[in-house]
Amino acid sequence: MSKNPQAIKEEAEFTKPLLVPIKRRSFFMYAGATAGATALLLSGCDDDDNNSSDPAMVNVGSGDVGVLNYAYALEQLEAAFYTKLRDGAYYKGLTATSAEKQILDDLYYHEVIHREFFKAAITAAPATPIKDLTPDFSTINFDNKASVLGAAKAFEDLGVAAYNGAGKYITTPLYLVIAGKIVSVEARHAALIRDLVTEGSFVDSDVVTIATSSIEISKEPSVVAMTANTYLAAGSKIDVSGIK
Amino acid sequence: MNIFQILSELEKVDPEVYERFDSRRRVFKHISGLGKNLAAAAVPLAFTAIFNKAYGQTSTSAPSATDVLAFALKLEYLESYFYNAGLGAPGATATAAQTTFRNLFSATNLSSLDKIRLDESNHVKALVAALPANTVPVPATNIFDFTGGKGSNAGPFAGVFVNPAIFLAVAQSLEDTGVRAYKGGAPYLMSTTTAGRSILETALNIHSVEARHASRLRTMRRAGASNNTASAVAPTAGNNESDRSASPKSWVSFKDGGGASPAQTAGIYGAGTSPSYTPASITFPAEDNVTQGGVNLQSALASLNFPASAFSEAFDEPLPVPTVLSIASTFTVTGNTFFG
Repeated sequence: MSKNPQAIKEEAEFTKPLLVPIKRRSFFMYAGATAGATALLLSGCDDDDNNSSDPAMVNVGSGDVGVLNYAYALEQLEAAFYTKLRDGAYYKGLTATSAEKQILDDLYYHEVIHREFFKAAITAAPATPIKDLTPDFSTINFDNKASVLGAAKAFEDLGVAAYNGAGKYITTPLYLVIAGKIVSVEARHAALIRDLVTEGSFVDSDVVTIATSSIEISKEPSVVAMTANTYLAAGSKIDVSGIK
Repeated sequence: MNIFQILSELEKVDPEVYERFDSRRRVFKHISGLGKNLAAAAVPLAFTAIFNKAYGQTSTSAPSATDVLAFALKLEYLESYFYNAGLGAPGATATAAQTTFRNLFSATNLSSLDKIRLDESNHVKALVAALPANTVPVPATNIFDFTGGKGSNAGPFAGVFVNPAIFLAVAQSLEDTGVRAYKGGAPYLMSTTTAGRSILETALNIHSVEARHASRLRTMRRAGASNNTASAVAPTAGNNESDRSASPKSWVSFKDGGGASPAQTAGIYGAGTSPSYTPASITFPAEDNVTQGGVNLQSALASLNFPASAFSEAFDEPLPVPTVLSIASTFTVTGNTFFG
């Protein structure tokens, strides 16, 4: 009995109906076959977001695939940022042995790997990954250290808050663990980038409730999307209203 | 032995007895199945197994949400007591020895350690508040030996509260353990109820704070305790894993050469033993793992020409509860059962 994952799941979630894995599998078949059509149909249906009537928004979908596509969107944004900064004067001016160069190289590697992982994982689900998003980094000055590190800090902190806020919407244990494997790396990034900006600011009160329970200030997908969309071009802004 | 009579009696004192099994429907299915398939003499034994599962007291049953939070609280006590012993408790006047010790850290490093100390104290309070009273009795400080000496106070980390490098090494080890532990416990907090989801979210929100701590402690370790701008110090260049023991990146690279003190800490970065109740597809590989969701990323993404280390660094790995308890018991005195 203890080797039956179905039994374990029910023990943790008494209210779930039986035969969840079969339902989940059929959901993936449905999602994979119709994700494109669903995105078209749903993109105009959300009524709690000012931009939701824009048919050009990218709907991440619903269920576990919706969360995976949401994560894929954020990783696309982060990877694009760390790729773009490599062409800027700030990065190019760093000496090969500097801490900043090594850190920004590692973050570029990690975020591109995350992006490619999600694309593969969603395809394997099987489902359809959202399209390649076009970023809009016009507010970032890639020649300026403070602008680049400030943006890096914003992206890493946003990523941590996003994963923490979306974990509760995941229904497959494996996906929750994978999200956990990534979010702690994002948190390690965030702490170090924050320290580069201001030494010792790794858990300050804008991201952690240090005055009370000292927990991360997680953010709902709708809140994260509002910030993420300021860095995404028209036609690439994300609609996350299906995640609930 | 009338099983149904026992269940009926039990229900009078524990109305949720049936829910402790899979469900009311399934417990009767199990019992009727037992009746058909097993000799009558074997029924009590099988019944005991069901009860052990229901009340979560054996290593073969999946932990309940309460079990996971209690486990987390024990780890938070371990961390909190560690920082309090070295630096003084938050708000308390440091002893002469603690003051001497505190002065060995740079201003930014000491400030960082005080933040971490406060966070761990807050985590203890938050988890105590989230659990039924006395789920985890408040441990006495003398059940821990942070030298790893099991009570001798002269273990492999002797000098932990007078030597900043040893202190940071133990701190990194505790935080990295915590990060893996919360990841391993998360699947057992999954829920469809608003209240249950809130518990999971809180646990995830502690998990990432532990990761922020681990990152900062690693930054401090590679720069040295007295460096006031630790983040400006690069880790030893190159892709040599053994360098990561003394000069860690802020994230785990391969297995970090076994961690801060390989003879004692290698297990923190190693593979976990998967309990039989583990949900499908979840495994507990060592931190140098490069296969995620069944795909070897290093092979699949070879065209990127990224360093091999990047594929291991991009993902942290979970550890199962029993493995974490075994690691944590390094710091309890002989005979103490706080960590089982």
